[in-house]
Amino acid sequence: MQEAAHAPILSVENVALSFGGVKALRDVSLTVAKDSITSLVGPNGAGKTSLFNSISGFYRPQQGRIVYEGADITHVPTPKRAALGLARTFQNIALFRGMTVLDNIKLGRHTHMKTGVVDALFYYGRPKREEMQLRAEVEEKIIDFLEIDHIRHAPVAALPYGLQKRVELARALAMQPKLLMLDEPVAGMNREETEDMARFILDVREEWGVTILMVEHDMRLVMDISDHVVVLNFGQVIASGLPADVQHNAEVERAYFGSGDYSALRQRPRAQAGAGVA
Amino acid sequence: MHIGAAKQSYAADEAIFTTNTQKTWLVALAAALATLPLFAGDYWLLIACLVAINVISAAGLMVLTGYTGQVSLGHAAFMGVGAYAAAWLAAKGAPFWLAIPFAGFVAAAVGAVFGVPSLRVKGLYLALTTIAASFILHFIFFNWASVTGGALGLNVEPASIFGVKLISNSHLYWLAMPLAWASVWCATNLFRTRVGRAFIAIRDRDISAEVLGIELFRYKLISFALASFYAGVAGAVWVYLFRVVTPESFRLIDSIFFVAAIIVGGLGSVRGAIFGAVFMTLVPELLKLGVAMLEPYYPGVVQLLSPVRIIVFGGLIVGFLIFEPLGLNETWRRVRHRFALWPFRT
Amino acid sequence: MNLLDFVEFSLSGLSVGAIYALTGVGFVLVYKATRVINFAIGEFMMIGAYVFFGIAAKATMPTWAAILAALVVTALVGGLAERLIFRRLIGESAISVFMVTIGLSSIIIGIVEIIWTADPQSLPEFLPKEPFFIPTGFGEAFMPSKNGWGFIIAAVVVAAIIVVFRYWRGGVALRATAADSQAAYSVGINVPGVFSFAWVLGALTAAGAGILVGSIAGISSAMGAIGLSVLVVVIVGGLDSILGALVGGLLVGWLEAMASMTLGAEYKQLATFVVLMLMLLIKPYGLFGTHDIERL
Repeated sequence: MQEAAHAPILSVENVALSFGGVKALRDVSLTVAKDSITSLVGPNGAGKTSLFNSISGFYRPQQGRIVYEGADITHVPTPKRAALGLARTFQNIALFRGMTVLDNIKLGRHTHMKTGVVDALFYYGRPKREEMQLRAEVEEKIIDFLEIDHIRHAPVAALPYGLQKRVELARALAMQPKLLMLDEPVAGMNREETEDMARFILDVREEWGVTILMVEHDMRLVMDISDHVVVLNFGQVIASGLPADVQHNAEVERAYFGSGDYSALRQRPRAQAGAGVA
Repeated sequence: MHIGAAKQSYAADEAIFTTNTQKTWLVALAAALATLPLFAGDYWLLIACLVAINVISAAGLMVLTGYTGQVSLGHAAFMGVGAYAAAWLAAKGAPFWLAIPFAGFVAAAVGAVFGVPSLRVKGLYLALTTIAASFILHFIFFNWASVTGGALGLNVEPASIFGVKLISNSHLYWLAMPLAWASVWCATNLFRTRVGRAFIAIRDRDISAEVLGIELFRYKLISFALASFYAGVAGAVWVYLFRVVTPESFRLIDSIFFVAAIIVGGLGSVRGAIFGAVFMTLVPELLKLGVAMLEPYYPGVVQLLSPVRIIVFGGLIVGFLIFEPLGLNETWRRVRHRFALWPFRT
Repeated sequence: MNLLDFVEFSLSGLSVGAIYALTGVGFVLVYKATRVINFAIGEFMMIGAYVFFGIAAKATMPTWAAILAALVVTALVGGLAERLIFRRLIGESAISVFMVTIGLSSIIIGIVEIIWTADPQSLPEFLPKEPFFIPTGFGEAFMPSKNGWGFIIAAVVVAAIIVVFRYWRGGVALRATAADSQAAYSVGINVPGVFSFAWVLGALTAAGAGILVGSIAGISSAMGAIGLSVLVVVIVGGLDSILGALVGGLLVGWLEAMASMTLGAEYKQLATFVVLMLMLLIKPYGLFGTHDIERL
């Protein structure tokens, strides 16, 4: 677990976002250190996906800045952010259902490719070379890595949920990202699938040198693999720091468990867990 | 499922025709089409030319509507633009091999202009702007008389090559059919590259496409321009076949014809465009034959040909969308699948 | 042209606009209940006009009975279309359904041509003949009787529909189905029944409007083209807004008349389509339509 020794790769500064009267984000600030795994947690409706969408560029915050690799990208249009190395997956799987797994993954490389329309119409020559190179890279680096070679030609609509999520990760990797934003990567997965995904996420950070920012509800995953945790509630950051610190933060407990005698509330599951172990 | 067809290289896996059986059938088809003028009568050669023209146009529309998801009910109007452009340039003395590409580029430019609304509106609303485009273009064809000849339209001298005039249907066949093959080949190539993938992404989930770095507006305009280029070329060949173009040559009903063709053929595949174009061109001809055969038994039935054609046309659209929404392409796949392991049961 | 001409053209435009509004209301009802955009709306108008024509020409029925029969037949066609065609398409994409309505319009045109040929005809007279003279500050404006009566009839029917839907349970059921058909189903509303009813009512209003239009302008197998103007009306007003259909109808009718007055009759259709384009670019959901926001 490394703390940031150098400048953060992403810095959200005092971002405020509202839709009509609804304030989705109020004065949110956070930094994501390079090569870290940062988790964004909070109850439903806290504004996590809104924050992600602001970083992606779908929402323009009314106030504040988003600084990526030292440059202010608050007003950069969404398609251009991909070329900068910002990749993301979605809460509800956003794969292209009319294509196979392979084509979906290849699409990730779109911004880094050069084939134009006229070239594409005639295929032989430059486009073919580019395609073959892409195919070799995707097969060797991504498909092997994520163990999805048996489904490469399958239409994504036919795949089970867990595999679809893996294909979405594969597509995000094809973007050659520097910052990978994962929106609930293990939602709806069982224990085994979650462990697989955790392993992939850690491998991505190690072997690909990618910084990870993820929204998650699965606390075991968050506490196990994160270097840094940020807690949102009602559009505001209520805690941030090391997982262990955040876990025992009073504000965070109040957000998740409500106010009231939560110390008593905490005793009960502890006692039950203790009884179970013994 | 192809038996004994394991690929040994990525290039082999990504080829258009991957098995020897497919390649054999392709050669057979090419041979059949090449020898058609030798044994087909003049009338059937005319039909073949029409099929080729419609294949070119349908392929273009398939790229725009089937693959990029932008519904266009103005495709025939862009064919009209191509026809007029070719006729206009030909009248200035240009040879056909200049006039046809010229027609394509003019139509592409006009198509890109009328594709601008796709930035703001999607789906049905976009379809309505293309209907409006169709009417606006018709208005221009009718009223910009200095260029388009007004209600009388433009006449075209026959295409000539090395001084030989291409007048007969078999001559035009040798112009239209190779162009149809080239169009289909180019369209298929598109979807082996990032450009084609971008189109499909826009159709399936344009917001995600943006996150992946695809500039929506740019690619939508490219798709409109490309589809209109195809339409323009088709229109140009059409005008060399019929040698006259008037404002009534390409109406809204013709645009509907092409949308029907790609639906009947099967949205989302170039093969579907071929099936659809062939089917929709042949059905009225078969109807004509059928009605002519009934004439001795039910005199006067020939008069019903026109309304019956309209009913069959509408019925095909409704019927396919209810019973075979994925089109003839799907029927083809099902039949092939059934016989893939024949005579063994699957 | 002078102020009196302007008033006369405006009155003419508004009277056609009222008929557009009537058809538009029927269209909106179908859209609200079933989310179907009925391209064949002009052809339903044509059915009403032609059945009236056919019955009045052949049978020895009083005119009002022929009109009633025409309305009933068209309503039947609408109900059958819903039951046999559109109910099978529930869940399909909006484009597919739209294409089906296009196919349906062709089928109707073909059937009309087989029975009555494509030649233009005129409808029997059933409205009083005296024209209207509207006094204005600068002379009396002339309005042909059919236009005036068309306006009155359309206005009365639209008002009746609006009142009925406000206060009758069926109207509430329709609004509930429009808002959320699944929720309506689960509280016991007969959603398929609402679908049928919407189509029947849509066909009825179209038939009535078709008879009015046909009596003004004559009928032919190409008269369905008026449906394109109705499409513009509902886009301008908002696909799911009855008020929008009203305002849009009057507005489009008036604009068409103004185009006719200033540029000439051949520019009428162009004007309609320029309005359509502008509306789609500036305010695609219309003046009163609801904007569906896409969730990410």
